[in-house]
Amino acid sequence: MTMDLFLLVFLLIAAVWTVMAARLLASVIGFAVTSAILTILIFRLNAPLAGVFELSVGAGLIPVLFVATIGLTQRLTREKLQARRTDHLRKFSYLPLVLAVLAVLVLALSRLYLPVNVAQPQPGVETDPRVVLWNLRHMDILGQILLLLAGAFGVVQLFKEKKG
Amino acid sequence: MNDTAIQVLWTYSPFVVMLFVAGLYCMLGTYNLIRVLIGAELCNKAVTLLIILAGHACGNLALAQSIVVTLLAIEVVLVVVAGGVIVCLYRHHGSLDVRNLRNLKG
Repeated sequence: MTMDLFLLVFLLIAAVWTVMAARLLASVIGFAVTSAILTILIFRLNAPLAGVFELSVGAGLIPVLFVATIGLTQRLTREKLQARRTDHLRKFSYLPLVLAVLAVLVLALSRLYLPVNVAQPQPGVETDPRVVLWNLRHMDILGQILLLLAGAFGVVQLFKEKKG
Repeated sequence: MNDTAIQVLWTYSPFVVMLFVAGLYCMLGTYNLIRVLIGAELCNKAVTLLIILAGHACGNLALAQSIVVTLLAIEVVLVVVAGGVIVCLYRHHGSLDVRNLRNLKG
């Protein structure tokens, strides 16, 4: 449990860094680190399949897409970056305070130790995620295929050359 | 639900809430479109962790994992399509500031 707490604190630090970093590239790197730490947590909760997907997609593919988007858009001079940094720090300086207040509130709630009623699974519940994904949730697969098609069109749009 | 699962739930849940609020703050506190997208992704991470946590607490991790796989596919498509829209908007307006997007203002 101590290890979990350490990882959760690191996860939060990486997330706060993602939000507070003035440069977008630093933000994206923070996001990738957040995903990597989240993967370790998912592994520790005995969900290796979701962990592998999270690592390859969350810490690998999505930051690459973000970097491509930033590379296709941003052109900042040094003065603009400095101005943005000052503005950014002013806007996001309240975030640690907000998170600290929230943490105190949730911890106070957990002190009450509210009884959590969660439906217990039936005895014959399927334990293999592959069987659940392929045999029990057909509509999810269909939805994913349609979404990936939409994503392919998105990639075409993202890397389309400007005419003329 | 046994005591260990409740302990895990209460250890993780404050961090899940804080992660979600950090993402929400990122989305609300900026005018930059790419940063809005990063905020949305952070919220997504919090939801992913919550789904796995719920699966762990209920003892039905298989279903939780299959839902997370679907969620990750949706996440990628969200980033790709939103990225394409952002690049298009940048080419049209020369800026990523949402305050400049006034073409549809009635």
